[in-house]
Amino acid sequence: MSGAVSGGPLLSVRDARVGFGTVRGLLRAVDGVSFDLQAGRTLGIVGESGSGKSVLVRSLIGLVGTGSGAIVGGEVRLDGQDLRGLSAASFRHLLGRDIGIVFQDPMTSLNPVMKIGRQIGEGLRLNRGLDSAAAARRAVELLVEVGIPEPERRASQYPHELSGGMRQRVAIAIAIACEPKLLIADEPTTALDVTVQRQILDLLQREQRERGMAMILITHDLGVAAGRADDIMVMYAGRAVEMATTREIFRGPRMPYTEALLRSLPRLTDPTHTRLSAIPGRPPDLARRGTGCSFAPRCTYRSGRCEAEEPVLSREGGRGFACFNPLGTSGGAGA
Amino acid sequence: MHWLARQALRLIVVLFCVTLLTFLIVNILPGDVATAILGGLATPEDLAGLRADLGLDRPMLVRYFDWLGSALSGDLGRSHRSGEPVAQAIADRLPVSLQLMVMAQVIALGVAVPAALLSVRRPGGLFDRLSASAAFGFLATPSFMLGILLIYLFSVTLDLLPATGFSPMSEGLWANFESMILPALSLGLIEWTVLMRVLRSDLLTTLKEDFILLARAKGLPPWRVLLQHALRPSSFTLITVVGLNIGGLIGGAVIVEQIFALPGVGRLLLGGIFNRDLILVQGTVSFIAAGFVLVNFLVDMLYAVLDPRVRHVRFRS
Repeated sequence: MSGAVSGGPLLSVRDARVGFGTVRGLLRAVDGVSFDLQAGRTLGIVGESGSGKSVLVRSLIGLVGTGSGAIVGGEVRLDGQDLRGLSAASFRHLLGRDIGIVFQDPMTSLNPVMKIGRQIGEGLRLNRGLDSAAAARRAVELLVEVGIPEPERRASQYPHELSGGMRQRVAIAIAIACEPKLLIADEPTTALDVTVQRQILDLLQREQRERGMAMILITHDLGVAAGRADDIMVMYAGRAVEMATTREIFRGPRMPYTEALLRSLPRLTDPTHTRLSAIPGRPPDLARRGTGCSFAPRCTYRSGRCEAEEPVLSREGGRGFACFNPLGTSGGAGA
Repeated sequence: MHWLARQALRLIVVLFCVTLLTFLIVNILPGDVATAILGGLATPEDLAGLRADLGLDRPMLVRYFDWLGSALSGDLGRSHRSGEPVAQAIADRLPVSLQLMVMAQVIALGVAVPAALLSVRRPGGLFDRLSASAAFGFLATPSFMLGILLIYLFSVTLDLLPATGFSPMSEGLWANFESMILPALSLGLIEWTVLMRVLRSDLLTTLKEDFILLARAKGLPPWRVLLQHALRPSSFTLITVVGLNIGGLIGGAVIVEQIFALPGVGRLLLGGIFNRDLILVQGTVSFIAAGFVLVNFLVDMLYAVLDPRVRHVRFRS
């Protein structure tokens, strides 16, 4: 598939902001996040619930905003084209053709009263100009591709007649139908049985590689991102707090929050009945952000400066972290 | 098909209860058909004789089962007053009432669905607020009031349409339409309000679903998202209310037929009540009740057409 025309990143995000006006004031769900994504690579966006990862990605593709009173800011470029400057019609065109999205719960992300074949073919008819017969044929091919047995029969069924894993495969078929350049998977396995999760992740990864798509994999589980993402961006309270390659993250996180996330992963090498480590405290109230680092109240390494001043994401040899006392340095807490 | 059998059984039980209850109510109505026919100066002997001729001297339950037996074979008895078979009297007037209600329903849905779709495009926006105000205004207006206002506007002031009277379709479709449009509007313009509010609120719920986001992510323009993805899954409450509102519509039709002098079933019923024509009232009310129950039965069937999940549960063998 085609990469970025200019050789630059496929997706470039600068200072993305999303705010919601609430009765308690402006809630900054996403607060100045920037990142680049190269064609063919996978970015894992990791954070706990409410960290702003889903809102961030949905706002990039215009799925947050209308009707919700959201205030969206920042610059988003896909293939060098400024998405925020597009007319509604050209934006929809681009969204349908170049970006595919898989949501968390395939129970609710498929239309319950529309046949599966039609749901897959819909985008093809709209964005690729296929007639309904051709779209129906292609829908069956896509069902084969995502590993659904008896594709002809399945195409004429409704979502409730399929299992959760099958439904998520259908959702993936819908997402890749128009050969997008960017695939967004928003917690694609969270609502599924553990036994099916791996299959779905494998399927996503295979499709991404075969088609040379870039992928954003949103997850609250570093373990999911581990084998699948090339790079990882850790989000906390609406901000990116660490950004590095997956290998670097797992080898030695710099931001204490990332370390805490890693510690809360269960390990096979742990002795049985080891208590899972949990992060104490709660994420901050995004409508009442105080001064200082948002993670400071829960951080074991905090210093006086952390409570007075907000750390910005600083870059050090390709990796970035927002911390005054980063791990793995003499000034910090040590590794 | 198990489900269908259960529904049919329920239908029978409901109809039995409704006819019995109607019979009881009609029979405790004050007044007496014999007095109504013979006038206030008739002797008690004459009155008793007439009652015996009409079979009214027998116990009530005997009369009910007698009536029910004939009713099951399609014979609803003869009007005490005119001697006309009740079934025939209803059949003669039914087309008028049916046309009135179908037109009213078409008007109601024709206003409610587009209004709901337009208001959810921008909830709290100008159209949403205007249509909400209009809905509550119409909702607070009784249909007879609206009928009189419509007559005043279209017949008296603008002289566009006939104020009262009925032209059958044999006198031409347009003449028929002209005589029916105002009555249908008096019912439909009130009916749409509830339908619109119900559909609007279900649409707003549906629009928060992930599959709507997915439809938008496919690049579908907003109106296609609304029509192709949101409308059908949002229409179940609407369908239910349409079915239940048939009752209100029939009640409204009785009054509206009176105002516009339409020879419908409602007017037949009202005449029967004034004349204490018990057998006519019994026949008409039972017929209307059966119609109401049947329509709601059909509405129930319609869910299965609209929602494959219902089909799945109901027709699993």
